[in-house]
Amino acid sequence: METQAIDGGFANPVFDAQAVFRAVMDAMARPGTIQPCGGLTVPPAPLSPVAGAVALTFCDNDTPLWLDPALQASAAAKHWLGFHSGSPLAHTPADAQFALVSSPAELIALENFAQGTQEYPDRSTTLILQVTSLSSGENLLLEGPGIEKAAMLAPTPLPRHFVEQWKQNRARFPRGVDVILAAPEGIACLPRTTRIKTMEA
Amino acid sequence: MNIQATDIATYNFAYLDEQTKRMIRRAILKGIAIPGYQVPFASREMPMPYGWGTGGVQVTASIIGPDDILKVIDQGADDTTNAVSIRAFFKKVADVAVTTETEKATIIQTRHRIPEAPLHAGQVLVYQVPIPEPLRFLEPRETETRKMHALEEYGLMHVKLYEDIARHGHIATTYAYPVKVEGRYVMDPSPTPKFDNPKMNMSPALQLFGAGREKRIYAVPPFTKVVSLDFEDHPFEIQKFDQPCALCGAEQVYLDEVILDDKGGHMFVCSDTDHCEKRREDGHRGHMAPENESRASPSSSAGPSPRKDGEEEAPTLTPPSPRPLRGEGKGEGQHQTFEKSREAE
Repeated sequence: METQAIDGGFANPVFDAQAVFRAVMDAMARPGTIQPCGGLTVPPAPLSPVAGAVALTFCDNDTPLWLDPALQASAAAKHWLGFHSGSPLAHTPADAQFALVSSPAELIALENFAQGTQEYPDRSTTLILQVTSLSSGENLLLEGPGIEKAAMLAPTPLPRHFVEQWKQNRARFPRGVDVILAAPEGIACLPRTTRIKTMEA
Repeated sequence: MNIQATDIATYNFAYLDEQTKRMIRRAILKGIAIPGYQVPFASREMPMPYGWGTGGVQVTASIIGPDDILKVIDQGADDTTNAVSIRAFFKKVADVAVTTETEKATIIQTRHRIPEAPLHAGQVLVYQVPIPEPLRFLEPRETETRKMHALEEYGLMHVKLYEDIARHGHIATTYAYPVKVEGRYVMDPSPTPKFDNPKMNMSPALQLFGAGREKRIYAVPPFTKVVSLDFEDHPFEIQKFDQPCALCGAEQVYLDEVILDDKGGHMFVCSDTDHCEKRREDGHRGHMAPENESRASPSSSAGPSPRKDGEEEAPTLTPPSPRPLRGEGKGEGQHQTFEKSREAE
C-alpha cells in the first residue's frame, strides 16, 4: 500500500475527533450555522480535508460506508478511508450508515439511501456532502428545530432538485436522511427536521 | 523504551475508548435529528452502578473536550453525593475545568433539575435518565411502545392524565410530566419536577438525555417546541409555593423542604444552590437567613458549598443536614404522588 493511504490521518486522534464531533453536533443542533473545522486531516483527492475529518470522526468497522462513483474510482481515497477508519464499504446505498459524496451534483436520489423504519428512524443514512462553499450558492431559507426564527445557507454544489427532494425527505418524517455539508470554511448540517424554502418562494 | 508503569495504566481521555465514543456520538447525532426519539445505544459498564447517572456520564464523556467547563447538579445542588462524585470523576479522567456557576458552564450534567438561571446558546444540558420510555408504566412491552411511537398513538397517555383528573380532580403527575416534542414524539423529560417543563420549551441550549441502564439516548435541539400534555379544561400548571426561599427570599423558583428537627420544624430553600448563593451574595435575605452570614465568596471550583457554613451558623436552630438525603423527601409538600420506582437514577 502506498504511503498516501497511511499519511494524513488525525494527528491527535482523541482530541481531533472530539473537536470535529462538537462542530458537527453544534451544526446539527443549529441548522444554518457554520461551525469552523480546520484542516485536521490530509486525505488524497478527491476527498476533502473536512469531509475526511468527518468520516474519521464517525466511521469505524461498525458503519457500512457508501462512496459516490468519483470516490469509488479513487483507489487512494478508498485505501486511506480503509486504513484510518476500517469501515466496510456498503454494497448498496440502502445498506449505508454513512455516505461520502465528493461530487454532490451527480448524486443519486436521496430516496435510494437507508431511510430507517417507522419504529427505528435512526437507522438511516447520514450523507456527508463535500461542497465547495456554504455561502455562494442559491440562498436557502431554513426553518425548524434548532432555528429560532429562520436561518440562511447557500451551499453549492447541491444534488439535483435538492429543494424538492428535501421536501419529500421531510415528508417521510420521522424516517429520512440527514445531511452534513463539509465545506472548506466549516461544517453545516441539515437534519431531516429542517424545512427549506428557496428565496423566490 | 523506558515506559513507566504509570504511563501504561492510564485511561483514555474522558474514560471511554474511542470506538465507544464514536458509537455514542452517532447516537447523539441521530437523536438531535429526530427530536424526542429514543435512539438505542450500546451502553457500557461505567465505574459506578446503574442508577447513579451512567447514561448521563457516557453522554458527557463522549462530548466533553479539554476546553469545556463542567457543572454537575443533583436535584439542583452542586454539593450532593452524586454531583460531587461525577464532577470528581471528570476532573480525574478528563482533567477539565469544573464550576458551580450555571453561567460559566459549557456542559451541565443534571440529575432531575434545570438550573434557575436562564441557559444560553452554546451550553449543553445533559440529563441523567432512569426510565426514558414515557409509556413504560402504561405498556411494559418494548415492542408495543415502539409501535405506539411509530404510529404516534399516544391516546393511552391522555387516558392516564384523565384518570388523574377523575381521581384527584386535577392532573396529579408532578414530575416526569410527559411532553410532546415538536408536535411528534411524546418524551419523558426525566424525573424533573414539572416546574421545569416550561424551561425546556424553546431553550437556547442543547438538551441531551442519557439512560445507561435502559440504553437509550435522546435529544431536544435548541429552539424546539416542547409542550406539556394537558387538556383544554385542565391546562398544564406548574407547582406554586406559598412562601419564598427561607435563605434568599427567592420567589418563582423550585423549593426543597428541609426538616430541621423532630418537632415539625422545617424550612423551604432553593433547590438550585448556585442560584441561592448568587442571590444571597447580592444581598437578598430570606426570613431564616443567618444574621451575620460570613461573606465568604462561593468557590467557583468543586467543593463544599459555602451555604453549609452559613446554615450551621444559624442562630436558632441547628439543622441536622442542610440538604435532604438522596432519595428521601424531596419537597414532600409539593409532590402528591412520588412513585419510588421513578426515583432510581
